[in-house]
This record gives sequence, structure tokens and C-alpha cells, in this order.
Amino acid sequence: MKILAKWLALAVLLCSTPAKAALDIVITEGVDAARPIAVMPFVWQGTGTPPQAIADVVMSDLVRSGTFKPLDELGLPQRNIGAVAQFQANAWASVGAEALVLGSVKPYGADQYLVSFDLIDLVKAQNQSLKGAVSPTEFLMDSRQTVISAAQFRQYGHRISDIVYEKLTGIRGAFLTRISYVVVNHGQKAPYQLMIADYDGFNEQMLLRSPEPLMSPTWSPDGRRLAYVSFENKKAEIFVQDLYTQVRTKVSSFSGINGAPAFSPDGKSLAVTLSKDGQPEIYIIDIATKAIKRITNHYAIDTEATWYPDGKSLLFTSERGGKPQLYRVDLASGKVNRETFEGEWNMGGSITPDGRSMIFVNRTNGKFNIARMDLNTRFMQVLTSTRLDESPSVAPNGTMVIYGTTYQGKQVLAAVSTDGRFKARLPVGQGEVKSPSWSPFL
Amino acid sequence: MDLNKLLKAMLVALPIMAISACSSTSESETDAMGSTNGSGSELNGGGVQTGGIGALLSPEEQQRQQLEELRREHIIYFDFDRSEVQTEFAAILEAHGTYLVEHPSVRVLIEGHADERGTPEYNIALGERRAKAVAKYLQGMGVQPSQMSVVSYGEEKPLDFSRTDEGFGKNRRAVLVY
Repeated sequence: MKILAKWLALAVLLCSTPAKAALDIVITEGVDAARPIAVMPFVWQGTGTPPQAIADVVMSDLVRSGTFKPLDELGLPQRNIGAVAQFQANAWASVGAEALVLGSVKPYGADQYLVSFDLIDLVKAQNQSLKGAVSPTEFLMDSRQTVISAAQFRQYGHRISDIVYEKLTGIRGAFLTRISYVVVNHGQKAPYQLMIADYDGFNEQMLLRSPEPLMSPTWSPDGRRLAYVSFENKKAEIFVQDLYTQVRTKVSSFSGINGAPAFSPDGKSLAVTLSKDGQPEIYIIDIATKAIKRITNHYAIDTEATWYPDGKSLLFTSERGGKPQLYRVDLASGKVNRETFEGEWNMGGSITPDGRSMIFVNRTNGKFNIARMDLNTRFMQVLTSTRLDESPSVAPNGTMVIYGTTYQGKQVLAAVSTDGRFKARLPVGQGEVKSPSWSPFL
Repeated sequence: MDLNKLLKAMLVALPIMAISACSSTSESETDAMGSTNGSGSELNGGGVQTGGIGALLSPEEQQRQQLEELRREHIIYFDFDRSEVQTEFAAILEAHGTYLVEHPSVRVLIEGHADERGTPEYNIALGERRAKAVAKYLQGMGVQPSQMSVVSYGEEKPLDFSRTDEGFGKNRRAVLVY
């Protein structure tokens, strides 16, 4: 009986761990290069337990950014301080971190909490302390307070991370963003699900479930709509769905392929792939009027167009040169230029938000990996070493790429920093996860 | 003399019986030839068993059976990043083409699929090209374009989930669906 009970307990444990593990990111490379930072648990000034540990959200955001490495809180010289007033610079003289985040949470009426936080420049504080004159105004980088509800704790944690990240790197944080992706549970009655979640995999919500494939979700520039391909009518059709009202609009349903939608920077049109005239070609559809304009004209495959940030050209995959490569088409003149020459294939490209580089899938020696090319120097760098990489999508601040890959025979999502230093596998639940798309700033 | 004829007839009939016996073990569900076979059956009640012999077939009937046999194969496979119909699958398509020409009211859906290498969007294009290559082949045999429709699922509906070279080979396919 005892043995049986043990086995049962183990079975329960095994069953319950995937749910917990579902939110754990696995960093596979790049921890060593990260910059040490101190994040102190926010001091709770109420009774009972606080709604959520807000510092944990900040800490995991900073880890996921690939740029920072929070120190173990047990090794910090001061504990349980929640404001700069309690900070003693001389105590921190030997701490090897560039900054300290600390704060407090105080009940502020029914389901309301006052959250305060301070960001301290530890290097400046240490220098001041050596000189003997310590004035908080010299080393306090930021200080804010706001009132939130219990439901807003994660969101405000991301907000703090955004502020800390921007203050320390000069780059806008992308922690208040979302991702959409497709989950497939083969064997179920409706195996295909279009999902949306916070960038870190929390707050996952289903937008659509279908017995037939769902593909290529992509965000509108205002972050309010998703365009995607659905086979629900036994053929490929492009839909635009409003995330708030759930209203779906069928945008394209020609004979043949209706695929690879990409919103124009102004959000008014979609670049798509249609094969209604024979071969797959790039078209632009006006979402409001449904008017279409043909952009490419070639007997080879042309597909998966994305927009240059200025909206004046498209980047697309074409096999007009024999094998799939990336080409740029100028929308005003229709002139086409080949952009990639390295490796056997290059496909699925997009331009980073700063317009300086291109992220795409490169095939070299039969291996498919995510690569980046500097548009000025034309230098190409393969960023990943995972298997069967596809569908790269760049974060709105250009620091990170989320993509689909294969791990232990299963499709999962992974992330790599655009400099290739930081690599991580993202949380997975049940089924195969694919076609990630990173939202704009929300 | 009569015995000789019977022997000759058996020489023809036996291989056919053998072929159908083999195939009926693997794909017994849609077995259209079952009635012509000399297959035995067991009666549960009394425990008796019956036996029989295969019917004698004319050359036309034999050909017909062969085509029916071939039509049970409704998947053809492709090389990596290629969409040409391989000669080894010509016989299968001939069988389907003959049937469709003889039955102009029958419609077929040709699904194109790709393996999981490359981007999903490119694979949709590749799958369509494979399905269209099959449609073109059938059209060349006289099948009306109105009898055929084409859909590409790219890499979205793999047959094999192993993501090995063997699995990829099974997924690069066109499927004829009636």
C-alpha cells in the first residue's frame, strides 16, 4: 500500500509538473555575457500576503532580455528595504552590479495598491561613497509610484522592467508586448488553435480553434488586429480579426493560395500571396475596399512578403534564381533587386524596426537556421544552432527574435537576441507550437 | 483436353488470387474484389467452413481489376523541393486518369503537401505546385479541368511526425481525394 501511495504521489507530481514547467524559460546560451543587476523583493506594507511578487516579474523580464543577470537576493548587503531613503551607499561598496531596483507595495483602498519603486545607479553611489559625500539625487536614476489593482500586478511589473531597461541601455523595453502563435494538437477533433499571450507566455488566450489548419498570424501596427490564414472552408483564406471585439473579416478568398499576410506600416493594407493567376505572386490588398494590386510577375514562386519600415518597398522570397532567395521590390517603380547570396537558400525575411538589418531563415549544408544580415555591410551572421528553424519574428525594439524550431521531435518556440549571444527555449504546453508573431509596442 | 483448359485457367487465376489475397490483408476495408475471390468463410454457429474458387476473368476484366487495385493507391510522393511526377507513380495516375475519363461526372480533389523543411509559406507554394503537377498529368490523359480541384496544405498536415529523412519523404506528397 505504501509503495502504491508513493507511486500515486509520483504520478500526481509528474502530471502536475508540466503545467508549472509550462512557464519556465530555458536559457541555453548567453548568461555569462549578461550584466549583473540587483533587484530587491518589494517590501509589503500591508497585512496578510501581497497579491503578487512584483519583483519576480521584473527579475524574470531582465533575465529574458538577455542583457541582465539579477544577483541572488540572499547575497545582497541590505535586505528588506523599500525606498532610496533606507539605502546605505557604503554598505554596497563591494557589490558588483551596475544598478539596484527596490520598491514597496501598500494597500490603498478596496483592491487598490500603491506601488513605489526606485532605480539606483550603484556605480555612482559607490563612487560618491568613496568621496564621502552621498546625496540620493546624484545616484537616483528614476523614482515612480502608481496605484494599481491586484489584476494589474504583472502588467505593472513589465512597466517597471521597461523603465529600468530603457534607463540602463538606452533602448526602449519590449516587456509590455504580446505574441501570437499557433498550437496544434494532432489527434484532437479541432487540432488547430490560434493563441495570444503576454510576451513571456503568461495570460495565454485562445482566439480561434479550428478542425483545419491555421497559419501565419501577424499583427496590425496598432496591435489591435491579427491577420491570419484559415483553411476552415477547406481552402486557404485570409481573415483579419479584431482582438477586442472578436469580429472577423474575410479579406481574401480567391481560388488557389491566399497566404502570407503582412500589414503595411499604416495598417490599411495587406501584402499577400495569391496564386489566382497561376503562380504564387505578391499582391497588395486594401483592407477596407478589398481592391487588389499585383506587385510581382514571374513564373517562379514569389511569396512571404514583408514591408520595409518606410512602406515603400517589400522584401519577399522568390525562387526566380533557381533556389529560394530574398528580393526587394520597390513599390513605385516595380524594380526588383536580389538581396541575399550567401548559403543555399534564404527565405522568410523581415527588416528590423531600425531599418538596419534583415532577419531571415538561412539554409546552409542542408540546415535551416535564423540569420541576420547587416544591410550596410552585407555581413551575414547565422544566429541559431537549433533544428528546422522557421517563422522568425522580431521584437518591436529590435533586440530579440522569436522563432519556431524543433526540440526533441516537437515544434516549440525559441528566442535569440539579434546579436546572437542570448539563446532560449520558450515555455511549451501541450501540442506543437509554431508560427510565432511578436506584437508591436502596446 | 478439358483438364488442360482448366489447368491453363488456373494458371491465370491463381496469381490474381494471390495478389488479391495479399492486398486484402493490408487494405481490406474497400475491397471491391472480395466477391470474385475464392475466399473461405467460417460460420460461427455450426463451426462449418465453406470453400470456393475464383471466377474466370476475361483480359478486359483483368485489366479493370488491376486499375481498381492501383486506384486504391491514392498518394504519390515527390523528391525534396521538386514537383515533377516520378515515373514510378505513373501507373497509379494512369489508373486514376482512366477512371476519371470514363466517369466525367466524378470529381477529385488533389491535395499538395510538403515536408517540414523551409518556411510554412514557401511550403504552401511548393505543395500547390505538386498538386498542380498531378492535375496537369491527369489533364494530359483527357481528364477535364472541371473534374479536378487543387488545395495545398504545405507542411501543415504531415503524415509522419518523426522529422527524420524517412518521415520527410512520406510528407512530400500529393493525395487524390474523391
